Amino acid sequence: MLGLAADRLRADTNRLLAFLFHQGILDEQFLQLQQLEDESSPNFVSEVVNIYFHESEKLLRNLRSLLMDRELSDYNKMGIHLNQFMGSSSSIGAKRIRNVCVAFRAASEQNNRAGCLRALELLEHEYCFLKNKLHELFQIQQQRVLAAGVRYPMQN
Amino acid sequence: MEAAGEVLRSGSSQELHVLAVDDSYVDRKVIEKLLKISSCKVTAVESGARALQFLGLDGEKGALGFNGLKVNLIMTDYSMPGMTGYELLKKIKRSSAFREIPVVIMSSENILTRIDSCLEEGAEEFLVKPVKLSDVRRLMKDCIMRGETEVKEGRRVDKRKLEDDNRTSSLSSSSSTPSSSPSPPSSPPFGFDVATSELISSPPHSSKRAKLRDSD
Repeated sequence: MLGLAADRLRADTNRLLAFLFHQGILDEQFLQLQQLEDESSPNFVSEVVNIYFHESEKLLRNLRSLLMDRELSDYNKMGIHLNQFMGSSSSIGAKRIRNVCVAFRAASEQNNRAGCLRALELLEHEYCFLKNKLHELFQIQQQRVLAAGVRYPMQN
Repeated sequence: MEAAGEVLRSGSSQELHVLAVDDSYVDRKVIEKLLKISSCKVTAVESGARALQFLGLDGEKGALGFNGLKVNLIMTDYSMPGMTGYELLKKIKRSSAFREIPVVIMSSENILTRIDSCLEEGAEEFLVKPVKLSDVRRLMKDCIMRGETEVKEGRRVDKRKLEDDNRTSSLSSSSSTPSSSPSPPSSPPFGFDVATSELISSPPHSSKRAKLRDSD
């Protein structure tokens, strides 16, 4: 029965990952990160992703406050934040978010406030979605660790 | 062969010591992991200024970093606030103490003029982000090969002297000196006889390295 739970969890993981790749939300860089996990750093991916979440939320807040300033929208500063966001997103394989950043940056370079607002909303939406899905993924992986651990007492 | 490789490596350990420079915490974590998995010692700093501090370029210390380990390779992001990776590259290549340390530039943007100017200033390679394990492994191999070749041919010691001699009489249109400028990794060894024309024309590996991304 424990074996079935582990199998089910593994299937859940694969299904979720397949979905995320198929939708273009994640790309192969995410797989690369997973390949870097080893015994010395079994939580490497979730650690990096949590740093990414932390940084991203700061960047999103900054972008929003820059855009809300109707008098002087500092498009230059927006560009800097967007470059950072693009960079870190591509580093973890967050392909869709990175692509929205590219569009957002194009709008900011044209001082197109309406375009920027639209892009920001899309960015916030994509970010929320990714965060939820990755939390789901990490939860499943936690359960897998637990499922594997429960086995041991029974082996005696 | 083994002795040759050890000369390049830091201290008595077999590992290469890499100084990684990136203002993004996410990227620092990733590059650190990539390097550690490739059996390197890593020092990750967040800015060009910190990198220079570590090297002792802005102070009185010599060629050793604060923890006494010689730096074998510098990998730096291009776009950083304050000092860009390009500016850091120039400072390093213009210092007598550190110009021999290979410098690799990383950038999430694939801009040909950017790539060319970095290579012209003496960058070893220009990597388009996100950096992969295969990129790092190849760098390690190139670094090691470079070190072994130089020692084998007895040139490492003489290089600096010859550089200074050549600097004034340099014919190259690029700002870097002929003998120290790296030729593309695909054509070992790095020797004195790198023709000036090779330096002027765009090295073949810049287009190989700069993978085109459709989202740009």
